[in-house]
Amino acid sequence: MIEVENLTKRYGETTVVDRVSFTVERGSIAVIVGTSGSGKSTLLRMINRLVEPTSGRVLIDGRDTRGDPAHLLRRRIGYVIQGYGLFPHRTVAQNIATVPRLLGWDARRIEARVRELLEVFSLDPASYADALPHQLSGGQQQRVGVARALAAEPAVLLMDEPFGALDPIIRTKAQDDLRGIQQRFGTTVLLVTHDMDEAFRLGDRVAVMSAGQLLQYDRPAALLTRPAAEFVSRMTGLADRALRLLSLVTAGEAALPGPSDGPAVAPTISLREALSELLWSGADSARVVDADGTVRGRLTVATILARGRP
Amino acid sequence: MSEAQPGTLAVGGAGITRIDPLGAVLVAAGAAALLFLPFVVFKSNRIVPGDPRTLVQVLPAWGALGCAALLALAAAAALWVANARARLALALLALAAVALAAAAAGDALTPPGDRVVRVAPGGAFWVVLVCLGLLGTDATTRLRPGPGLRVLMLAASLAVVGLALAHGVFDHLSIMREYAVNAVRFAREARQHLKLAFGSLAAAALVGLPLGVLCHRAPRLRPGVLTTLNVIQTIPAIALFGILMAPLGALAAAVPLADRLGIRGIGAAPAVVALFLYSLLPIVANTVAGLKRVSRAAVDAAHGMGMTSWQVLTQVELLLALPVILTGVRVVLVQNIGMVTIAALIGGGGLGAFVFQGIGQTAIDLVLLGAIPIVTLAFSAALILDALVEVLDRVKA
Repeated sequence: MIEVENLTKRYGETTVVDRVSFTVERGSIAVIVGTSGSGKSTLLRMINRLVEPTSGRVLIDGRDTRGDPAHLLRRRIGYVIQGYGLFPHRTVAQNIATVPRLLGWDARRIEARVRELLEVFSLDPASYADALPHQLSGGQQQRVGVARALAAEPAVLLMDEPFGALDPIIRTKAQDDLRGIQQRFGTTVLLVTHDMDEAFRLGDRVAVMSAGQLLQYDRPAALLTRPAAEFVSRMTGLADRALRLLSLVTAGEAALPGPSDGPAVAPTISLREALSELLWSGADSARVVDADGTVRGRLTVATILARGRP
Repeated sequence: MSEAQPGTLAVGGAGITRIDPLGAVLVAAGAAALLFLPFVVFKSNRIVPGDPRTLVQVLPAWGALGCAALLALAAAAALWVANARARLALALLALAAVALAAAAAGDALTPPGDRVVRVAPGGAFWVVLVCLGLLGTDATTRLRPGPGLRVLMLAASLAVVGLALAHGVFDHLSIMREYAVNAVRFAREARQHLKLAFGSLAAAALVGLPLGVLCHRAPRLRPGVLTTLNVIQTIPAIALFGILMAPLGALAAAVPLADRLGIRGIGAAPAVVALFLYSLLPIVANTVAGLKRVSRAAVDAAHGMGMTSWQVLTQVELLLALPVILTGVRVVLVQNIGMVTIAALIGGGGLGAFVFQGIGQTAIDLVLLGAIPIVTLAFSAALILDALVEVLDRVKA
């Protein structure tokens, strides 16, 4: 759990981050969105004290981050940045082993952990452990960057535009992978992005920042239905807000009891995708069917449309 | 690669080969030298003007014929053969033949047991040597050997020359006569030369590296430090020796301990101080440039993962800057090996002592006894450090 209390950063007369408070629940993903210069990166960098706050405090699992020297604090917090910052002179395995080595793990434990992470991130240890970063594709480098951040099993992972350098198809895959890995390790993630789609895709909660202030920190749906400021609705986009809302609900959650002779859809897809399927097939309703063939109910166009309103 | 070679134009299957322009220049120079300059110069003693002899005059008929045949082959290769391996092999063979011919001339012209006559390699010998050397270097460049192979080739060449010298192959040539007279001093001056060159490099690295890191960390210091070091570079070496004589002399007079340690107005001290000052700019400037080149993301990630500042500097920044820093070390080392020569003028010793003594006595062989090892040292240092930089750069590419 990350608790941020009245965190402020001033450089001379300029206030970059202005009395920001919020809490990230253990094992959830919070996403900070904002335009460039909104102070979102500075806010993130104050969590692991790469930037020292002017005032306010940060608690991680109840412990004040100022209790330890900064470098010892950072060894307990995963950190992923745009461009990944892999060490070009070290192999993939050595890169991943960075923090465990700093912590003085014994060699066998480090090797086992590196092997485990390579497998989790679908990088075959035999061909990638001894490769140098420049021999990898962009997507592979990104995975090594996340694996390196998770090597010492940190409870908290900070990510600064971690997918910014990836092309759209690989980016979507990387976002899904992050979700899976976060659930697998139960990590608390705080991620910074300027991409609202990414925020909606990943965030259990989304923080919208502008000019150093936290305008709203809420569930993605609430940002659409109850925006706290005009800037928030500008960021989320007014034109397609109904469709965005639909993309936040799954077919399984919205399905009602009843029969349907329409097309079969999986319960995991979003209402947005289900609506698209109905439009395409010309049917009035769809059957929601589990992977094992159990019918979970039906989804009518009217049910879907009702979910697209505040 | 062979398509891109200058001077080669393949037309159809038969192939019409044009004349290699570099080869043409080298062959013209070599042939002119052999025609118009003496191959060796015979002197009845060290001081008198010499008596020129051509290749044909000094060698037995079969020897002269063999040597001429090899030279003709090398010339043909230089003009028409595009294959770099063949060019290199023939250049090396001809080089060996010319060297052995000079050695044989020395043996033939020196009466048994005579220690007074001098047989000096003449103009033709040196010009042909340089031409064949250039031909070989050009062929090597075209072969693009890797860094390891280049060092190996250097080691092999030095070993062959060293073995020939140790076996006394060239003992009757004038330079080796000068060496025989000065053998003990030569070893001492060579050691002194290396001590001065490497000592001032070590001192400059010890001071320049931290200074470069400081300039990188505190950008406000950078212009001042670099400008000062730049100004020092513009002072001519002799002038700097002169400038340093006064304060170091005064120091020696005032502090007896300094005098006892050898820190005086003349001798090794001003030489080391001057070389140290000259060495600072390349080391500091390259350290700054190398650190600037290090990926900011890697440094940020290093801090973010919990490395201490010292760990970031030693495990990430300096390691990644190393190839650029070593390029600075290479500049300094080659520069120092050359400039130590002048230290002899102010009593600092080194191989320059032979050069200046030789100039004073118009004994060109003595000059060469100092100059040839200096050139060999500088060339070897440059080649080895270049190879090292290439290896390191490849690892981190």
